[in-house]
Amino acid sequence: MEFLFNLINGISLGSIYAIIALGYTMVYGIAKMLNFAHGDVIMVGGYISFCAIFYLELPPFIAVVLAMIVCTVLGIIIEGLAYKPLRDATSLAVLITAIGVSYFLQNSAQLIWGSASKSYISILQAEPIRLFEGQLTIKAEAVLTIIVCVIIMIALTLFVNKTKIGKAMRAVSEDKGAAQLMGINVNRTISTTFAIGSALAAVAGVLLCSSYPTLMPTTGSMPGIKAFTAAVFGGIGSIPGAMLGGILLGIIEIFAKVYVSMELSNAIVFAVLIIVLLFKPTGLLGKKISEKV
Amino acid sequence: MSRMIPVPSNAIVPERDAGKLPILEARHLGIEFGGLKAVDDFNLTVGRTEIAGLIGPNGAGKTTVFNLLTKVYQPTHGTTLLDGKDTHSMTTAQLSRAGVARTFQNIRLFANMSVEDNVKVGLHNRIEYNMWDGILRLPKFWKSERQMREETMELLSIFDMQDLAEYKAGSLPYGAQRRLEIVRALATGPKLLLLDEPAAGMNPHETAELMENIRKIRDTFQIAIMLIEHDMSLVMNVCEGIAVLNYGRIIAKGTPEEIQSNPIVIEAYLGKSKEEDNA
Repeated sequence: MEFLFNLINGISLGSIYAIIALGYTMVYGIAKMLNFAHGDVIMVGGYISFCAIFYLELPPFIAVVLAMIVCTVLGIIIEGLAYKPLRDATSLAVLITAIGVSYFLQNSAQLIWGSASKSYISILQAEPIRLFEGQLTIKAEAVLTIIVCVIIMIALTLFVNKTKIGKAMRAVSEDKGAAQLMGINVNRTISTTFAIGSALAAVAGVLLCSSYPTLMPTTGSMPGIKAFTAAVFGGIGSIPGAMLGGILLGIIEIFAKVYVSMELSNAIVFAVLIIVLLFKPTGLLGKKISEKV
Repeated sequence: MSRMIPVPSNAIVPERDAGKLPILEARHLGIEFGGLKAVDDFNLTVGRTEIAGLIGPNGAGKTTVFNLLTKVYQPTHGTTLLDGKDTHSMTTAQLSRAGVARTFQNIRLFANMSVEDNVKVGLHNRIEYNMWDGILRLPKFWKSERQMREETMELLSIFDMQDLAEYKAGSLPYGAQRRLEIVRALATGPKLLLLDEPAAGMNPHETAELMENIRKIRDTFQIAIMLIEHDMSLVMNVCEGIAVLNYGRIIAKGTPEEIQSNPIVIEAYLGKSKEEDNA
């Protein structure tokens, strides 16, 4: 029973990682850059929903939508102001810029909301679910997180495979030059990708803060890095890879915490990453890269 | 604002296209890479339904010309008119929507997408896309999806490839990949189709078939086709006008017969003969 309890918690935490990892992996697949500011967009999503519920007293659902809208706009602005001018720059320049944007967001949040942590009110005011005559208690938030993650996975898979923009995104990620010659506006496709990634980050922010209710300007950092790890774990650039990597990482982390050591859990998570990459350098579902000579 | 560039003299447009606005007019087109003139003073007119050939020795700048015509490179000199419109300020994507499509010397399909999706990427971008059309107007969306599938199958049927629609593009045999690239280019609804070595790596039987298909495509779609090719039998058979490029400059223009007997062209390909050297 305890095993089942931990497994569900692991999947729930992993679902959050998966949703964040989708943003990393999509942006990497299309713009070939690591957007290290992605984790901080989660934090912004958390704060916006917090303000909407706490100060404006909006219903939780509206608060989530508001957070998504704000983060989407934020994502498009970040891409347009910080990354677009560097489209032809070296990848190192883009990477440093992304780290700069990350600190900018953290410090802006500190300026606006202060550095003291706020205690987040869960968007779900529901009783925990009791199963097997009370032997198994699952937090409602954990169930909601898993459900939301499944919905996002299905929706995103359909979007990428069935819609025009989805096909344009796949085309750009495979061959930017050829995509342009097919009439695809690459800049717009990249900005759409940032918009989608940021909207997902907002959802992840709300779910994260609902399950782990402390909100600080640095709230997004660690989950951001873990989700990035998940994206690499699953094979960066691959959408199913991000989903698989996220969920596995969540399960590994919870199991490590419970069965091995609380303090060592993060070390174990990253050790697993290193071991996987040693044997499969492109990640679990990553594509083989064959360099043309 | 018109850029005043004198129209270069030109006469390889076939008779049936004479008097009509040419589909392509390159005027003094050129590009320098750090002082090296890769293409210099390139002047060419292509008729609306002409099949034109661009030939020349290796490294003559043929693919560079295609890159200039599709704005993969921004020309440092001159400009091209597409259907009478100056393309100077257009991007690659805009040119594609305005009617220029191309294939590549080294195949550049979206290898991990299905054959069908490769073609659909081309079809989609004929029109400016709008996310909300796809998300909100569901009946219209499905109707256009059905139309799109029919159109895809029709295009694939040019090369008898309907049965391959579900396969990954990267898994097709080489010849089929080349043909798919042409289909994908046609899907964008071009007025001018640029083929970069379409027969490369094909056996004589496949090349003969390709020749037929190039004519068939021109006749069905009533478009202009310009091709770079090393297979002289293909070029001389299928092209109506030929331009010869050497060291980035056009050294001869004319009909296949004129080109075949042109001493400058023979020299460029084979070098000078001894007697001429001594003379």
